[in-house]
Amino acid sequence: MLNITEKILARASGKTSVSPGDVVFVNVDKVMVHDVSGPGVMAVFEKLRKTGMKIDKIWDPDRVWVAEDHFVPAADKISAQNIVLLTNFTKQFGIKKHFKYGMGQYGICHTLSHEEAMVLPGEVYVGGDSHTNTTGAMGAFAAGLGHTDVAYVLLNGKIWFKVPETLYFKINGKLPDHVMAKDVILKIIGDIGTDGAAYKTMQFGGTGISEMSVESRLTLTNMTTEAGAKSGIVEPDQKLRDYLAERGVTKYDEVHGDADAQYEKIYEYEASEMEPIVAKPFSPENTVVARDLSSIELDKAYIGSCTGAKLEDLRAVAKILKGKTVKIRTEVLPAAMSIFRKAMDEGLLKIFMDAGVVVGPPTCGACCGAHMGVLAKDEICISTTNRNFPGRMGHVESQTYLASPLVAAASAITGKITDPRDIS
Amino acid sequence: MKGSVIKYERDNIDTDVILPGPYLKIHDYAELATHAMEGLDKDFHKRVKPGDFIVAGKNFGCGSSREHAPIALSYSGIKAVLALSFARIFYRNAVDGAFLLPIEIDEDAYKDISDSDSLEVDISKNEIQNLTKNKIYKIKPFPELIGKIIEAGGLFNYKP
Repeated sequence: MLNITEKILARASGKTSVSPGDVVFVNVDKVMVHDVSGPGVMAVFEKLRKTGMKIDKIWDPDRVWVAEDHFVPAADKISAQNIVLLTNFTKQFGIKKHFKYGMGQYGICHTLSHEEAMVLPGEVYVGGDSHTNTTGAMGAFAAGLGHTDVAYVLLNGKIWFKVPETLYFKINGKLPDHVMAKDVILKIIGDIGTDGAAYKTMQFGGTGISEMSVESRLTLTNMTTEAGAKSGIVEPDQKLRDYLAERGVTKYDEVHGDADAQYEKIYEYEASEMEPIVAKPFSPENTVVARDLSSIELDKAYIGSCTGAKLEDLRAVAKILKGKTVKIRTEVLPAAMSIFRKAMDEGLLKIFMDAGVVVGPPTCGACCGAHMGVLAKDEICISTTNRNFPGRMGHVESQTYLASPLVAAASAITGKITDPRDIS
Repeated sequence: MKGSVIKYERDNIDTDVILPGPYLKIHDYAELATHAMEGLDKDFHKRVKPGDFIVAGKNFGCGSSREHAPIALSYSGIKAVLALSFARIFYRNAVDGAFLLPIEIDEDAYKDISDSDSLEVDISKNEIQNLTKNKIYKIKPFPELIGKIIEAGGLFNYKP
């Protein structure tokens, strides 16, 4: 009667069963830090050393991987220094999997977690970033932690979790052509609110999920964070096995929920009834159908981030932009170099550039308002990212509308928020 | 713990306003403190005094996992945030790093406490005394493990 999350947490804590509300110390399989949380963890190590603790090795360097994503290309002297710190850190502790900017494959940490098959079904994965939930689409328990907790995992190989209640989102049927997983998750967050899944797991299933690509599922789990969830998860199936096999991985220990698994609540959605959805400033729960916003004039379209710059996202954008010219400042930043390369091989980059779009390197920069094209006061942006809090993408009086890649691309062409069904 | 209240009567105060993204590259705790609450209240840094409490609505600290958020508040002098509810990562960062106490209060206390009120928080008695209004609000005890980590002074001092 256990669901997949309870089974993974039971196995990882050496128990035969766990129930929601139990507090357990779980053994962790994989850990990720990036160029923000890495230096944060180092600061925790320094603080501990001042108390007399000796830290000259970590629990298991082979289970740790490092991404450079938030402040690359180095935004300024401090960010450049943080990359040096990160490099020294991986050298000092013998961490081999360090995806470095400018040295082949690198990209946004969550995108690498699936592109590089860093995390496998049935595993417990923690990362120093709130959108670590993304990787739950690989059939793993994946949750974000802060610097102290990640430091604790790096030294001890385990961490405490309260076993979450699970909300089950059953999607029936196939999504219409103009609707993407982003619309589904925005719809759900609009319905349950930004704390609607607080401390809980959001599990996705049903025929709508079986129909969906692994990349689409990753969009769903990515934004479970925006509903306050501890984790998001999808049970492994043949599509996931194929996805992993394409990346050379065939050996892992899948976990599935029992046939009579318990869920706190089941929500059902009919895929055929879904429409393009947009979240207005300043909250991902502030959702309306895209057509209701057709009078909103835009300054920028941003197609990037772990949420909205995977290969299928770029393909969707290219479908709209082909043979067209953008009317507003538009940027496409593939979420990882592997995706950038595939987009080039498929001719997508040419379509973008012919449309007048700037194509840039993978980075979290503008998504979190840090660098690489932030918004000015009063500027309005339509974005494939995951957050639109005040100041999230630049000036505190700028505005971000969250949308699917199709809606962002359609809007780039018209200069106003546009339902992809309404362009020829 | 005694201190005065800085009240924000709103829900979903997110980590992007508690400590905006451009400062994520900073890991000097004292410098982070100078940017605390900058996305919501430019005057916070001038106003906050050691020992102060923040009072806010539900889902405080939602958004990013940045530990910079509780660090910036803590090094500004904030000893506890009293809110209707907390986002999970902010909550565990505050407790595991021993930066400040995340204390859940009920609707009555939230409505009753005014900006600049003087409070005394006593977690051993599970109560908050409003010295300005001469009232007492009961608070729920921390869950067992959380209470032990707080007592130990953070996760690294806690022995399972």
